[in-house]
Amino acid sequence: MPERVTSLERPAEQFNEEMLIRRVLAGEHDLFYELIRPYERRVYAAAFAILRNDADAEDVAQEAVLKAFKHIRQFRAESRFSTWLIQITVNEARMRRRKEHANIMEPIADRQDEEGNYTPRDFADWREIPSETLERSEVRQKLAEALAELGQIYREVFVLRDMQHLSIEETAKALGISTASVKTRLLRARLMLRDLLAPGLGGAWSMTSRLSFVKGTKPW
Amino acid sequence: MEHDQQVVFRKGDEAMVVSCEEVWREVSNYLDGEVEPGLRVAMQEHIRGCQRCAAVLDGTRNVLQLYGDERMLEVPLGFSHRLHQRLDENMPGSRRSFLGWIVATAAACLVAGTIEVARSSAFRGPESRSEHAQPGVGVPPNMMVVVSEDGKLFHAAGCEFIHEKTKLRTITAAEASRQGYSPCVRCLKKYLVTA
Repeated sequence: MPERVTSLERPAEQFNEEMLIRRVLAGEHDLFYELIRPYERRVYAAAFAILRNDADAEDVAQEAVLKAFKHIRQFRAESRFSTWLIQITVNEARMRRRKEHANIMEPIADRQDEEGNYTPRDFADWREIPSETLERSEVRQKLAEALAELGQIYREVFVLRDMQHLSIEETAKALGISTASVKTRLLRARLMLRDLLAPGLGGAWSMTSRLSFVKGTKPW
Repeated sequence: MEHDQQVVFRKGDEAMVVSCEEVWREVSNYLDGEVEPGLRVAMQEHIRGCQRCAAVLDGTRNVLQLYGDERMLEVPLGFSHRLHQRLDENMPGSRRSFLGWIVATAAACLVAGTIEVARSSAFRGPESRSEHAQPGVGVPPNMMVVVSEDGKLFHAAGCEFIHEKTKLRTITAAEASRQGYSPCVRCLKKYLVTA
């Protein structure tokens, strides 16, 4: 049995969404606010995963939503509205990144050979993770910092697939890569995060010596 | 748990054996339910007897559980409001601005009413963390504000006078007042009532 549910929206919600899109197209523009409401945070998260800067991510998120509104007639119902919206966001964020960071070198992690096997470095036993730990801001901060450690190509796949719960196919479509690449990058992203987090979460969060991250990083 | 599943091989089938390296290579697909049944059973068998691979599987599953939580998708304070504002400005022939004006007026009336109630003799405010600051009765109660654990003031997002930036929480102005925080006189100046 698959352990993970890949579909985020229930059919009733999808039906409601189709109705909303039809009504927006028919001129009820105010309903567009309703349409994007469930995805606002995801749009921001997708932009931040690529840009890693609050102001740029917010600006790009706004641009992407505006673009979605202006081009909603081009939306084809064969994909989900959320996937289409995220795809626009990813494209906008990448364009912004190219424009503003043209002369900045990619982090080393981005240039790693993604075809090579990844060997876990740490085998600490890490079985019990009560979700209440997320109530602690320092835990969320550590998770954010670990994610910031990943190279761009791994972070964006992980954010779309494991935080926004897009399917593998949707992730591939949104990022313009093959499903095989999504799976390869996902494996690395997940194992790298486990290596970064297992000692702290399994023990007493004594990660400061392991992780020396920048303050103010976000969890995507 | 896959550890508890019974492993069944049909008669004549040869049991597949996998190494640790193969388990690590497929652990992500395994969690996504993307491995063939034969390989899945072989991985379960291996993991049952291999502490290291069990640790890798459990840890990776924990990663998915933690990051998949909705609480991990945080946005800056006021993000939604600013997004809607930007849409308002670009919405062709929308009645949104007019509706927004009506909603804003209604909200203002509500705030004014709340302030009146708060000022009434029945209202007893919480003990302020600061002896000198004025209470935040003029700040819209539903406005999202930022407080720091050891601070005395609550701030609008992005205020440059926020101290202890590592220990910030986002709550409503009403909740901040209830917890004894007072409004920052710089970023929330326009809401404060001067005598």
